[in-house]
Amino acid sequence: MSIILDKVNYKYSESTVYEKHALKDINLKINDGEFIGLIGHTGSGKSTLIQHLNGLMKATSGAIYYNGEDIYAKDFNMRTLRSKVGLVFQYPEHQLFETSVIKDVSFGPRNLGLPDLEIDLRAYEALKQVGIGEDLIDASPFELSGGQKRRVAIAGVLAMKPEVLILDEPTAGLDPKGRDEILDRIALLHKEQKITVILVSHSMEDVAKYVDRILVMNKGELIFDNTPKNVFAHYKELENIGLAAPQVTYVMNRLRDQGIRVSTSPTTIKEAKEEILRWAKGEIL
Amino acid sequence: MIRDITIGQYYPADSVIHRLDPRVKLIGTLLFIISLFLFNHFWGYVVASIYLFGIIKISKVPFKFIVKGLKSVMMIFLFTLVFNLFMTPGTVLWSFGFLKITWEGIRIAIFMGIRLTYLILGSSLMTFTTTPNNLTDGLESVMGPLNKIKVPVHEIAMMMSIALRFIPILLEETDKIMKAQTARGADFETGGLVKRAKSMIPLLVPLFVSAFRRANDLAMAMEARCYQGGHGRTKMNPLRYYKRDYLSFGVMAVYLGVLIGLNILL
Repeated sequence: MSIILDKVNYKYSESTVYEKHALKDINLKINDGEFIGLIGHTGSGKSTLIQHLNGLMKATSGAIYYNGEDIYAKDFNMRTLRSKVGLVFQYPEHQLFETSVIKDVSFGPRNLGLPDLEIDLRAYEALKQVGIGEDLIDASPFELSGGQKRRVAIAGVLAMKPEVLILDEPTAGLDPKGRDEILDRIALLHKEQKITVILVSHSMEDVAKYVDRILVMNKGELIFDNTPKNVFAHYKELENIGLAAPQVTYVMNRLRDQGIRVSTSPTTIKEAKEEILRWAKGEIL
Repeated sequence: MIRDITIGQYYPADSVIHRLDPRVKLIGTLLFIISLFLFNHFWGYVVASIYLFGIIKISKVPFKFIVKGLKSVMMIFLFTLVFNLFMTPGTVLWSFGFLKITWEGIRIAIFMGIRLTYLILGSSLMTFTTTPNNLTDGLESVMGPLNKIKVPVHEIAMMMSIALRFIPILLEETDKIMKAQTARGADFETGGLVKRAKSMIPLLVPLFVSAFRRANDLAMAMEARCYQGGHGRTKMNPLRYYKRDYLSFGVMAVYLGVLIGLNILL
């Protein structure tokens, strides 16, 4: 089970002045159960890329295979793909429309043509997964707080039971508490349900903390595809394309410049702490 | 699909038409539209065609791009054609029951079709070559005298510019919400009329909510910058006529002169 992109190209508004080569020869394999971080500057093609993964956008050239099936083949069922690859857009709360939370979350499973009982079951489960209490299920989604709205919207996608969950900046505009809540829930889902997660983010800290593989996009090209440690080792290059490494990477590099021989590989505060303690105890000379 | 609607969009290019004073373009467009209804003979159409396509050529806006705008008014277009075709009395060429096509009907339908097409091409050419801001400035200035009879010219111009400004934003928003709902399995394309109307709810509700939110934000931002209408407001770049503008007025006068001349001669 995997998603394979083979030389995918996408051009916006081809042959007009607005033409933009948004994706350039993207080759990529997304394996089952991975937790992937997708980073890149605004306009680097991240959003375009993820919309290709569930067939919302059609590549100008190249092929995409989902579990070995060509998604552009005539007999390929696009709707099944969309239920298997769940896409949570930026500011997903802007898509809420129903009169109650439960009805809104049921929208996805209902479109799948499931029996009523199954729809309810999935909706309740999805709401539980994102931490929306039973007291809120009959509330209007427009009365909720920003963080709650966003979690309801994410539940709307989860209720379709996707095998791959793609989130486009799920924490944009949230306070630190709301951000941690959402990311922890997603990490838990990844761990317990074994779903593949692709997290598009601007925050290097978030990416470093949760993912085990990072894709870096720049001007429509995929320039890095590696583990967080290996990607953040190129922090100077990341800076050149308007990105940065997590703060601790800088701390560790500065320590090293001062002659303290710690490793520069930690990407989270926890790892950095352990490394510094190791040095303090004299384990590193 | 939704990006195909090109009416009211600006197309950046470096041309004389783009640089013209917006007032010239406004008056020119108005005169062109009026001129389309001045004549009723073949040569008039030839002159109008040369004039319009000449300007399109000079404007450097790709013809393909302008024609795209016609798609969205196709319905009105067909409606007019069909009505003119079947409802005009005259020499009957073909009839079936109560339907009949007359020679005059064909003639009027074709001419009406051309007039409508030119009308839309002409006015979309104006919005393609003029930024919304410029257009508003032009409108405000052209309608300025109406201020004397208590018409809120500035407010109308501001409303128009905001509306124009928001067309692409709302289209983009529609596109985004459509995609988000499609990702949740919504289907906007198949099914009967009732099903399709119903399938619009997940699109329209979020769109309305977002339009109101945007309006609210904009009003707040304008007030925060002490906006209080047109009274005593000065401009950073006041409109000024240049040589090319006077020249354009000259071209317009010649065009109208030729048309009226033809009318008298033929």
